[in-house]
Amino acid sequence: MAIHKVLGTETEYGIVVRGDPGFNPAAASSLVVNSYPGVRVKVQWSYEEESPGRDARGFGHDTYGLIDSEGAVVNSVLANGARLYVDHAHPEYSSPESYDPLEAVLYDKAGERVMHKAAVVASETSGRQVSLYKNNSDGKGNSYGAHENYLLSRETPFGDVIRYATPFMVTRQIFTGAGKVGKENNRPDVDFQITQRADFFEEQVGLETTLKRPIINTRDEPHGDPARYRRLHVIIGDANLSEVQVFLKLGTTALMLAALEDGAIPDPLDLLDPVEACWQVSHDLSLCRPIQLDGGGSATALELQGRYLEWFAKYVEKELDEPVWNQLIEEWERTLSLLETEPMQLADTLDWVAKKRLFEGYVARDGLEWSSAKLRALDLQYHDVDPEKGLHNRLVARGEMRTLYTNQQVEDAVSTPPQRTRAYFRGRCVSDFPDSLVAANWDSLVFDVGGSHLKRVPMMEPLRGNAERVGALLDEAEDAADLLRRLEG
Amino acid sequence: MSDRERSKSRDKGKDEAEETAEVTVESDTDIEALDDLLDEIDEVLEENAEEFVKNYVQKGGQ
Repeated sequence: MAIHKVLGTETEYGIVVRGDPGFNPAAASSLVVNSYPGVRVKVQWSYEEESPGRDARGFGHDTYGLIDSEGAVVNSVLANGARLYVDHAHPEYSSPESYDPLEAVLYDKAGERVMHKAAVVASETSGRQVSLYKNNSDGKGNSYGAHENYLLSRETPFGDVIRYATPFMVTRQIFTGAGKVGKENNRPDVDFQITQRADFFEEQVGLETTLKRPIINTRDEPHGDPARYRRLHVIIGDANLSEVQVFLKLGTTALMLAALEDGAIPDPLDLLDPVEACWQVSHDLSLCRPIQLDGGGSATALELQGRYLEWFAKYVEKELDEPVWNQLIEEWERTLSLLETEPMQLADTLDWVAKKRLFEGYVARDGLEWSSAKLRALDLQYHDVDPEKGLHNRLVARGEMRTLYTNQQVEDAVSTPPQRTRAYFRGRCVSDFPDSLVAANWDSLVFDVGGSHLKRVPMMEPLRGNAERVGALLDEAEDAADLLRRLEG
Repeated sequence: MSDRERSKSRDKGKDEAEETAEVTVESDTDIEALDDLLDEIDEVLEENAEEFVKNYVQKGGQ
């Protein structure tokens, strides 16, 4: 049976300081992170426990992530178990570990609220308006990531992950894209394309995340017991605003990985040239362009996704008969079916379709060129996290896009951790014992309770530390020292 | 010609061959909804699109 697919997202937000085009992005990002007014603890992030330079293929240079000190300047852990920090030149929100894809949507959306709250205070403090964007490209050849993380069994051979996940990642773009005006990175000209990121992918497999980006990233950093787990670090996705789309992106990918671990993918569907196919799929608004298969013949991205759906619907029926997975299959079926017949009907769930509808409206009404500054501005503004200025937020407020959660539920998720993963323990410790928490990482917390030594609490199992296991213990603990005594006893 | 009429006539020209009467009625409703949406968005649009786009530069991302 596949390992439970604990998952989460990490998003670098675009940042602008109005009236100051020469602003220093690292300093502005620090200001944003430091300005966050919600419950959090500024901590040392235990970099020594992380090794982003370790490669899943077996070789590695362990100092990869250690040389950059700038990235570790501002770090905090939030009451919902998330990490809010500065990654190079962007403020970044890493969601807490979620139990299933539906919950992961909630905590991904909570990240937008966290960023907005931080931007409001940063603007007040600095006297200049700071705006944040949940997107992945500046339209000038610079991209920044929205990564996904999925727990895998260490027993899953990484070669299989590369082989089976590659065609899935290339073809899922038809429903994971956030849409973009124009092309970048020397790809062929196009008015509008399905994704923000596809133009930037130049390799099938690799360790890089900032240059020559690979479809499958090999970073081997499980953030858990390395003897039992892997973590698949997916870097090819777009940052989505649509809740339904985040659900589809995370849900179908988690399902594909579970099916892979259970031997339930009958055919790897090898592509002849996945890197070329990657941008070609993104540029093909007709959704009809055939992709060459390695074994001969061809199929469209939509047809290949149809095959996955057929296999995984059976897999869910047999192995994962739970409401969340049935809901996913239903949404996936609707999406693929409408992509085939009436794609514009998906303007209520897919960011790229919502944008296309909007931009075509402007082109028709105002006679705009697709390359016009106005359309590019609209494209950026779709992603503004401000509820008033962000065009996606306006669409939601008008009831034009379907949501999975209420405003209040998202607001609550800003300060309440997931109940069924170790994020619960982390979030509760931030709320209950902020003065004693000195360092944190995904798989440990370090406390200062006065003695001669700091005390580290390891959390190597992503599903332990949940409300059921430690809720009562946290309720009863008088202070951090008492908590640690109870944990030991 | 008003904006709304212009967008209607463009839409018709594009899809005339395949459109049935029923679909036209639906798309008219959609055009009205879309026009209303564009009017709302006009209110919040970046004031100087050119300047905004020019200054939107994001380096150092993953």
